[in-house]
Amino acid sequence: MPPSVNMVALVSVGRHPQSGRSRRAEQDGRAVEMGMNLSCDIDGQLSVVHVGDSKEPVLRQYAGMGLDALTVLEQDSGLDVLPGVVTYLKETKANLVLTGVRAERGESSGMLPYLLAEQLGWPLVPRVAEILSIKEGEAQVLLALPRGQRRSITVALPFIATVDNAAKGARQTAYGPGLRAQLNVVESEDNTDDIATSWDISPAKPRPKRMKVVKAKSAADRFKAATAKPAGGGGRVMKNETAEEKAQAIFDLLKQEKIVR
Amino acid sequence: MSDFSSDNIIRRDPRAEWIARNRLHPLHDSVVSAGRGEVRGPSGLLRKNPHLVGFIGPNGIKRIDRANTNSSAIGGKKWSAPQDVVLPLHQVVNPEGYIVVVPDMVGGRLTAHDKDILGLAHKLAGEHANFAVVAVCFGESKETQFDLAGVDRLIHLFGSEFDGFAPEARLSALMQIDAQYQPQHWLFPDSINGGADLASRLAARLGERPATQAWQVSASKTVCRGASASTDITRETPKILMLLEECGDAIDETRHEALPLDLDGYGLDYWERAESRLVDKGLIAVDPNAIPLAEAEFILSAGNGIHNWDQFHECARALGATEGASRVAVDDGFMPRARQVGASGTWVTARLYLAVGISGAIQHMQGIGQCDKVIAINTDAACDMVKRADLAVVADSEEVLSELIKLAQQYPLSIDNVSNVNEENSDAA
Repeated sequence: MPPSVNMVALVSVGRHPQSGRSRRAEQDGRAVEMGMNLSCDIDGQLSVVHVGDSKEPVLRQYAGMGLDALTVLEQDSGLDVLPGVVTYLKETKANLVLTGVRAERGESSGMLPYLLAEQLGWPLVPRVAEILSIKEGEAQVLLALPRGQRRSITVALPFIATVDNAAKGARQTAYGPGLRAQLNVVESEDNTDDIATSWDISPAKPRPKRMKVVKAKSAADRFKAATAKPAGGGGRVMKNETAEEKAQAIFDLLKQEKIVR
Repeated sequence: MSDFSSDNIIRRDPRAEWIARNRLHPLHDSVVSAGRGEVRGPSGLLRKNPHLVGFIGPNGIKRIDRANTNSSAIGGKKWSAPQDVVLPLHQVVNPEGYIVVVPDMVGGRLTAHDKDILGLAHKLAGEHANFAVVAVCFGESKETQFDLAGVDRLIHLFGSEFDGFAPEARLSALMQIDAQYQPQHWLFPDSINGGADLASRLAARLGERPATQAWQVSASKTVCRGASASTDITRETPKILMLLEECGDAIDETRHEALPLDLDGYGLDYWERAESRLVDKGLIAVDPNAIPLAEAEFILSAGNGIHNWDQFHECARALGATEGASRVAVDDGFMPRARQVGASGTWVTARLYLAVGISGAIQHMQGIGQCDKVIAINTDAACDMVKRADLAVVADSEEVLSELIKLAQQYPLSIDNVSNVNEENSDAA
């Protein structure tokens, strides 16, 4: 009997932010970690898929997380990876796809999961922090919001989830098991990315810092802007009230700012 | 005799001349200004008397107050209070095309990022004749200055279907806008507040290839960051753009109409038909101390003025606040080093910062520079934190904190009592 949840984690080659060397991508590693934890908890099976060069040493870092096998859709670099992935997902009857939010190389537009969702007709769950449970074809998912907040949603299988940096960190990789893992290489059709060939790609220029421009009409205004002390003192000061009144004023401000709900 | 008629005789007033010579005389100003008026020189030129500029300072030295800082103190001319400058109105009548901006509207207000994008939209619109900038705003809005931010037309979509986490309903509304108005460009903030998500959904649905992390945009060329911001990609400007912060300059010299724009089929069953496969179960209460200090929304910070630390921790728990501390509290060992706010600790971005017993060393004030609202509780009314605070309470911290704990426990919907907050807080989304 096939497992009820057929998970696929899409992994890419990362880029170390300082040295620029290839590494296990931060978010993709978290996606694999999430998939491995899920396959322990529920009746599921995880397969990890990479599109590109099968000789890439970084793939062994993913495999070293404790994977038995890794699938590589063999393709030259600079080609469109989307059609190969769509065919693979349809063939293997996957029903849960885990990816990072953005790749660390190439265009890093973060569009691949959205295009996959559109082509497969699946819903997309953005920036997942945790998949709490998958029961009877319905998953309960925690989304990572700004300022450390979390939102709970439910979504029916199949779906695509992009994994946020707030998800559990990827486990350590082991060198030996990584080398021993099996690589299943699948030849993939070549699809040139026509639009991207016309692009001009150069090393990033530092962005200019925004200057604080004073738009003053007269010299007096400029002088005032240059010597002005930072504005302040507009606040309300409570001195002689009782402690209850003071606390009530603070609490009212908290309510007004919707800090206390 | 006629030479000596009374009206021909120039009568000197020695006292007035004496006063006029004596700049320190109390009547000097009135005597000098009595003879003043328009004075013309021999060639008919208007003469200005430079000696009449300024005033005499307390030690008898002439002062010219060019910055006009204490004009009200001088009895002379009074400057009216800063007038409301009415900026020129930028009107677009019968627009030939549209540039649509979908701002994040964090907390129902335009963010600085949104305003930069509206400014950029006007730069793009300026390269076409008679284009209007449209802002699409979902749900409740607290923004009152759409006109000053550069919104020519406003599509404001209310309705429960757009509240909370509703990317699919929002996407179907954007598809409707695209079909009806066929905008030249769609501009989104490339942010984690939902802008990038919505833009990617729209691009995938329309089959357009968007420019992501764009930071230099003109009508023909766009420069985007790629490969985790290590490369610049120069490309033709596509229809859908996701823009980084500070990609343009916000509008500040014109006023705009912000006229409402209709959307066909709005209010009909169009959005109910849009299937919603993602079911929002609301925000989850998180442990406030698990949130990184730099991005916490509400920080209760303790300094030297705290003596009852158990009470402080209890207050943070009751209010649902992330705990912070000043350097003194950390050095004395009452709080861990990771909780220190300020120059050698964390620079925080809280929306509300409650400083208890912190007088406000400059290193600490730097750390809270980005906080929106500051509340201070301190015994010293003259300290810097009280000057910076929007609400300052001059009292002993122990009494006020115990009252605050009581209030928080009485409040029915306190965070402690509800584990799952279903009511949508748009500020957190």
